[in-house]
Amino acid sequence: MTMLANAPIPHGENAVTPVAAPSKALLGVENLSREFGGVLAIENLSFTVSQGDIHSIIGPNGAGKTTLFNLITGVYKPSRGTVLFDGATVSGLPPYKLAARGMSRTFQNLQIFFNMTAIENVMVGRHLHLNGRLLPSLFRLPSLVRKDREAKERAAELMTSVGLAKYVDAHASSMPYGALKRLEIARALASEPKLLLLDEPAAGLNATESREIDEVIKTVAASGVTVILVEHDMKMVMGISDRITALNYGRKLAEGTPGEVAANPDVVAAYLGTMD
Amino acid sequence: MVQIAATRTTASPPINTRLLSLAALAAVIATLPLALTNNFHLDIAILAGFNAIVCVGLNLLIGYAGQISLGHAGFFGIGAYASGILVTTYGWPPIAALLAGAVSVGVLSFLLAKPILRLKGHYLAMATLGIGIIVSIVLRTETGLTGGPDGMMVDSFKIFGLELYGEKTWYWVVGVVLFIAVWLSLNLIDSPVGRALRAVHGSEVAAEVVGVDTARYKVMAFVVSAVFASVAGSLFAHYTGLITPAKADFFKSIELVTMVVFGGMASTFGAVIGAVLLTVLPQALTVFQDYSQIVLGAILMFTMVFMPKGLLPTIEGLIAQRRRA
Repeated sequence: MTMLANAPIPHGENAVTPVAAPSKALLGVENLSREFGGVLAIENLSFTVSQGDIHSIIGPNGAGKTTLFNLITGVYKPSRGTVLFDGATVSGLPPYKLAARGMSRTFQNLQIFFNMTAIENVMVGRHLHLNGRLLPSLFRLPSLVRKDREAKERAAELMTSVGLAKYVDAHASSMPYGALKRLEIARALASEPKLLLLDEPAAGLNATESREIDEVIKTVAASGVTVILVEHDMKMVMGISDRITALNYGRKLAEGTPGEVAANPDVVAAYLGTMD
Repeated sequence: MVQIAATRTTASPPINTRLLSLAALAAVIATLPLALTNNFHLDIAILAGFNAIVCVGLNLLIGYAGQISLGHAGFFGIGAYASGILVTTYGWPPIAALLAGAVSVGVLSFLLAKPILRLKGHYLAMATLGIGIIVSIVLRTETGLTGGPDGMMVDSFKIFGLELYGEKTWYWVVGVVLFIAVWLSLNLIDSPVGRALRAVHGSEVAAEVVGVDTARYKVMAFVVSAVFASVAGSLFAHYTGLITPAKADFFKSIELVTMVVFGGMASTFGAVIGAVLLTVLPQALTVFQDYSQIVLGAILMFTMVFMPKGLLPTIEGLIAQRRRA
């Protein structure tokens, strides 16, 4: 049960993390490659994400961040290499099976069910915890109706926890962009994941909204969910990440704490260009 | 980037709207015979009812799961001929034949759905079109079993020693079956399975990453809608007493899809209204004699141009707008 705790645990540069402490890897990517028509979008990439961390993936546009997300979550199959999740090789599994193992994500370009209400969007996120067989649904069995009502209450709680309390009765098609970004987070959390992958949750948001998303992510991580974050908002990334992996042209450029990565000359060069 | 939040509150608690709409349907079915004074009118109402049963099922696939089928008349035809052949030729009890037809269609549609529903858009339309065409060719050419293009006579429906005979009796049979079909459809839509179906329509990848096996739910919608068509086909065969391969062909499939789209996709009552109107309209338009088909075509075109969401969702939208204003 991933309940969102109220007291956020400090993360990022202020977090007191003993450097040598053996932290268990929740996700491992080994020698991962993915080609698109001869072009390598991800090339021989390896890294691990420790349990409980907020781990950011940064890099210029086209560095392969979203492709990496799609490879980890099973939307794409890797050309070579493996993905390990929670102690098992999961590369090649379809996304719905990975979801059942505790992986969930949001999308850079919104993937909202615009044909449903907001709360129904979140309730779809509860799918794995409900009875998905045909006959109980067709005949509206009392046990199903009861669990559905619980799912609805839980969905409303989740919406409140990401700051969407006033949209509980709204239709998804009537919600503003910033609220839809949070709706995706609430839907992803509804499946009670061990690992949450957020693909540019702050993209297109104003400064206030970005800070609010920032708080939401910290609260999620504090509740014990491991977070992988792709984000261009460097202030947010540097502020909340435990570790950062920097990509360029599908390859790993640097890895380390926010301080280490920010000081890395290759990273600076990739973002700003070199002088020579 | 932030637009002004137009918080749309849902009309009322779902239980009430659900029960109210079911009660309204029951009331219409119960009182309609008072207005239908002769057997010709009753006959049209019964045919509208059969179409409505098929369309309520088809709407689950097209309107909710967002998958097209241009072959559902084939499943209607298999149901009709299963009952015709098993009852009339082999002397089965009609209810057993109806169930056998439904089970066969269930198995067949399941086997077909697996490979076919991997396709999308135009390709899916083409593949489902193939199903309908193959079924109607088989019905035309297997003369020994089906009577070929001329069709076959079907015995009346007997159950517990009662024989269902005449328009008045059949009206109630079709009315009850339609009511059950609508009830099942409303149940399904507001359930984990129904939400999964709608999620497949809304965003397949988003549905997958929260654990919805999208392929499985597409198949489910296809099978359920095919079985609805089969049951309607079986009853239809007993009602008319004469079935022909035309009931399973391409034009019938197109007619069914048109009814769903005309009434309003993703609306169970829209499917019913679409089926009823497009069954009644051609009869009402006979006053235009030679021009009746042109007038019907024009009505369809204008409806889809000015109400692209279909009849019922457009009207509901207007009412909701007025209520807010």
